[in-house]
Amino acid sequence: MSVQQQQYLELVRRRRTYGGILIAIFIMLMVSGFMLADSRNAGGFWAGILNVFDFPADVFREAARDIANLPGYLIEFLPSLIETLNIAAASTLLGAALAVLLALLSTRGLARWPQLIPVFRRMMDIMRAIPEIVIALVLIFVLGGGPVPAMIAITFHTAGALGKLFSEVNENASLNPIEGLQSVGGNWSQQMWLGVLPQVAPNYLSYGLLRFEINIRASAILGFVGSGGIGYDLKNAISWGQGRYDEVAAIFILIFASIVFFDQLSSYFRNRLTGEASV
Amino acid sequence: MSAAALQQAEQLIERKRWMSLGLPSLILAYLIYVAFALDVPGVFERADPNNAKTLVNDSFTYKTHVTANYRRDERVVAIEGERKGLWPPGEYPEWVEPVGELGAIVTLPDGHIVEINDQKMRYDVPGYGLIEAESSRQGVTLSLPPGPQPEWISSSPARVSITTDSGRVIVTKAFTEVFRYSFGWELFWFTLDSPFYGKSAAELFGLAFSSERVVPEKPNAIAMLNDFWYNGMWRHGDVFWALFETLLMAFLGTMGAAIIAFSLCFIAAKNFTPLQPLRLLVRRIFDFLRGVDALIWTIVLSRAFGPGPLTGALAILLTDAGSFGKMFSEALENVDNRQIEGVKSTGADAIQRSRFGVIPQVAPVFISQILYYLESNTRSATVIGAITGGGIGLLLTQAIITQKDWEEVSYYIVLVVLLVMLMDWLSGVLRRRLIRGE
Repeated sequence: MSVQQQQYLELVRRRRTYGGILIAIFIMLMVSGFMLADSRNAGGFWAGILNVFDFPADVFREAARDIANLPGYLIEFLPSLIETLNIAAASTLLGAALAVLLALLSTRGLARWPQLIPVFRRMMDIMRAIPEIVIALVLIFVLGGGPVPAMIAITFHTAGALGKLFSEVNENASLNPIEGLQSVGGNWSQQMWLGVLPQVAPNYLSYGLLRFEINIRASAILGFVGSGGIGYDLKNAISWGQGRYDEVAAIFILIFASIVFFDQLSSYFRNRLTGEASV
Repeated sequence: MSAAALQQAEQLIERKRWMSLGLPSLILAYLIYVAFALDVPGVFERADPNNAKTLVNDSFTYKTHVTANYRRDERVVAIEGERKGLWPPGEYPEWVEPVGELGAIVTLPDGHIVEINDQKMRYDVPGYGLIEAESSRQGVTLSLPPGPQPEWISSSPARVSITTDSGRVIVTKAFTEVFRYSFGWELFWFTLDSPFYGKSAAELFGLAFSSERVVPEKPNAIAMLNDFWYNGMWRHGDVFWALFETLLMAFLGTMGAAIIAFSLCFIAAKNFTPLQPLRLLVRRIFDFLRGVDALIWTIVLSRAFGPGPLTGALAILLTDAGSFGKMFSEALENVDNRQIEGVKSTGADAIQRSRFGVIPQVAPVFISQILYYLESNTRSATVIGAITGGGIGLLLTQAIITQKDWEEVSYYIVLVVLLVMLMDWLSGVLRRRLIRGE
């Protein structure tokens, strides 16, 4: 065996050992983490796993028993569902508009004030890091209940999350159209509007659609914790307890159906967008 | 220019014009509709500027209560009026001067002085005059300088409340109470019962390495850590555990989901599946897990497992197993076949082909997705914790619901933001390390 061969085998052996150690550490972390989480949970895992189907079974049984009520409930809760969807759509639109601005201001080569790029970047980091629920609950205290706190909270987070993605897209945009517009005396907003946005629009739209999917889920959850939309109805329906689970079933169906529907819709459009044009 | 090209150009311009005018006005119309559908005008009516003021002030100031309680016959000086913030008699802050059995002279900022003595309260407000209120069994008798009663004084036969920029005084039959507001997060490091309270950072540093024990049982550094950790006002120990629980939920959930998705994704990929119907079944399972969403999973699971981090972890696990499954199998469908054929030509069997032909291709995609989700789930775990009752999400909602512990709320928010940013940074570093091998 040549020296190189020996060295290679040695390298392979060492890599395998490291890989093995890493996997062992990972398994240990998972197991001990699971045991810790289990011990800090009110009900244990092994006791709970046997009851995991109790609640869905109850819901299912009551829904089946009162199957005649179901269409009525589906219609009754439709306005709440629309509210949830409106919260998601409006905050995606507003957040995306804010994100476009933030992204343009924090991309090298495009920024209006290049010295302020780090400021806008940190701003987006913080906007992304604050969980929506925090903003929503604080705003509920100040603004009273209703769907608006949830909308502002999701808008805020969306602006940060999309801003980062948008600025990554911007970095790949060609600067030639901007130079062209500059040479004919276009100001900054004209350069951005006519030179950059047409290039990046398909990617923006694709990310925006993905965000919309995420925001539908977020808006349902915020309704449950705060107020407004289908989440709030779900909380009320659950607190009625046994006997009213037919309402819970109707709401579950609405949430599930709308999530699946908008997932499919957005992935269809995203496939078309990325297939058709990309930066 | 040919007519066809001209027509084409005109069509293009027409389309662009529609895009630059029609689309924005469509969006604007929708936003106007939403503004009314979500009752934005109503928000302006419901919004309470006083709440906003309380919130902002309370998140970086604290108040000390000086109370003369006539029923219980005691004088209490306590931070936020809590037992844990009680000043021992004889060691009051310098702006409280005890008078007689129960009374005190309290100096508030800007030359405001409140004097409590013999169930009488005298408050000299600069620029207004002397306010006097006397508590008795019958009620509170208030005497004000001549002129109409200003709106910052509210009075009824049983209760008088005076709110100025310098502080607040409440007089009832049973007690007189003065609030003095100060800047900062008081008792953040040590509560008043700790021997380390009120020491400067340099003093503490000196003490930590000094062999002279402040608390006889323990070395100073340990005693300090102990007093900080079990701080009764801020409960740093509990907060740390809650943060850790949130992180644990995110970690267990993400990694568990990745393991499940990884073991199923080969079946769900078109080019690897042994059986087409099986592939469709696994795909539908992934879609179902994703479609049901974390909210419903959390509710269903918390019925079975009760509140706690395990429930949150399992909810994340189920939802993300669906997301990972979808992404992983799509990545597998896009692998390059040449690499696999290359491995095959050396006589490798199916397992070796996947190990050396497929995994190296998809690993970067998988790892970067997992790390991205780990970061994003740290945030989700906060929300899920608020629903199931676990981790920092629970502490946060509890503190917000009391509507007065805003300093705690801001403390938790700062911690959550730091945790999420740390995870963001960490996942970025790991991604670069593991994928690009930098």
